[in-house]
Amino acid sequence: MVSVSMTVNGKAVSAKIDPRTLLVQFLRENLLLTGTHVGCDTSQCGACVVHVDGLAVKSCTTLAVACDGSTVTTIEGLAHDGALHPMQEAFREHHGLQCGFCTPGMIMTAVDLVNRKGHTLDEHTIREELEGNICRCTGYHNIVKSVAAGAQAMAGHK
Amino acid sequence: MYAFAYHRPGTVRQAQSALHKHEDSKLLAGGQTLIPTMKQRLASPSALIDLGHVAGLAGIEKKGRNIVIGAMTRHADVASSAVVQEHLPALADLAAHIGDPAVRHRGTIGGSLANNDPSADYPAAALALGATIITNKRKIAADDYFQGMFTTALEEGEIITKVSFPMPSKAAYAKFPNPASRYAMVGVFVAKKGSDVRVAVTGASNDGVFRAAPLEAALHTKFNAKSLEGVSVDHTSFISDIHGSADYRGNLVTVMAKRAVLKAQGK
Repeated sequence: MVSVSMTVNGKAVSAKIDPRTLLVQFLRENLLLTGTHVGCDTSQCGACVVHVDGLAVKSCTTLAVACDGSTVTTIEGLAHDGALHPMQEAFREHHGLQCGFCTPGMIMTAVDLVNRKGHTLDEHTIREELEGNICRCTGYHNIVKSVAAGAQAMAGHK
Repeated sequence: MYAFAYHRPGTVRQAQSALHKHEDSKLLAGGQTLIPTMKQRLASPSALIDLGHVAGLAGIEKKGRNIVIGAMTRHADVASSAVVQEHLPALADLAAHIGDPAVRHRGTIGGSLANNDPSADYPAAALALGATIITNKRKIAADDYFQGMFTTALEEGEIITKVSFPMPSKAAYAKFPNPASRYAMVGVFVAKKGSDVRVAVTGASNDGVFRAAPLEAALHTKFNAKSLEGVSVDHTSFISDIHGSADYRGNLVTVMAKRAVLKAQGK
């Protein structure tokens, strides 16, 4: 067992864990933050995307112990004071989800994309950047629309 | 995943002694290949030596006519580096198309070169540009470094610390990615420096990355996509799988080489 400490959604957490524990297991099973999903578990689908030190990563392909000292944000950390994050709101407004399983990863990837590439995103850029996120419902059309709208909405929000 | 012990050295020297001390241990860089491999139980190291907290392993600098990149530099940082974009744009472009954004935030250049996956992108750049792989023990020329699928000149206890790329006059990388994995079905890196032309191919051969001598000779005569008409490489040892036959990959090598030359010429 090894000890690990990190800040998750603004809260300091620490635990003794088996070094094998993946970040996604730590979030879901130790912290009960089950918004982060395990889809393929082979780093293809992106349902498990969270932010580590401000960057989108696949939490099924990251050891929790390697994130010692890091700041982690999950889908649960986006909404504030009962109000959805603008990207979440955009997904709701534009029907950017069907079954919803891929949505947490899509939204975390989208927020990371806006952080890196700004608020005006063309369709080509959005589709290219969503490369590592798969929607089994194939609802990409509205996901792309939601990301573009969410990116714009984030400009007026800080 | 099988159980393993976890170690977090702070220096390269500590990493080296941890590797020495723990039999069957492995270095953990970005983990984007190693962790999935361990999850499938295709690898079962007794211990992981995490390079994530080793000081001085990440960073990019221009040193004379070379771009020197630290082993733990993430793909995303190579792709977005102003220095790489200005002096070696072909490498920034290559890094920007490895895997997907989340993978590029974790994966490292040192990890990719140490693993030497036959379909990885970085080996093609290192070989075509005539890079030097710098380890804790010595400097290895790319021509001596790649020794076949998942095989390199690295010895036990040897740790890549930096990679030095000489700046070419013209270079470009063209890859035909597998639509699901984004690994190269065939990737061709073309580099011209003075009258010297080097062409490295990844994704195609069962022996891993290799230099395509017939293509180099044709481009040496004239650096032009037309020079490659009717020129092909021997594809008898090429990969044949559900994604494409050896013949298909053989044809793709010339096609991607032409595209790389056009890209290098800014066309």
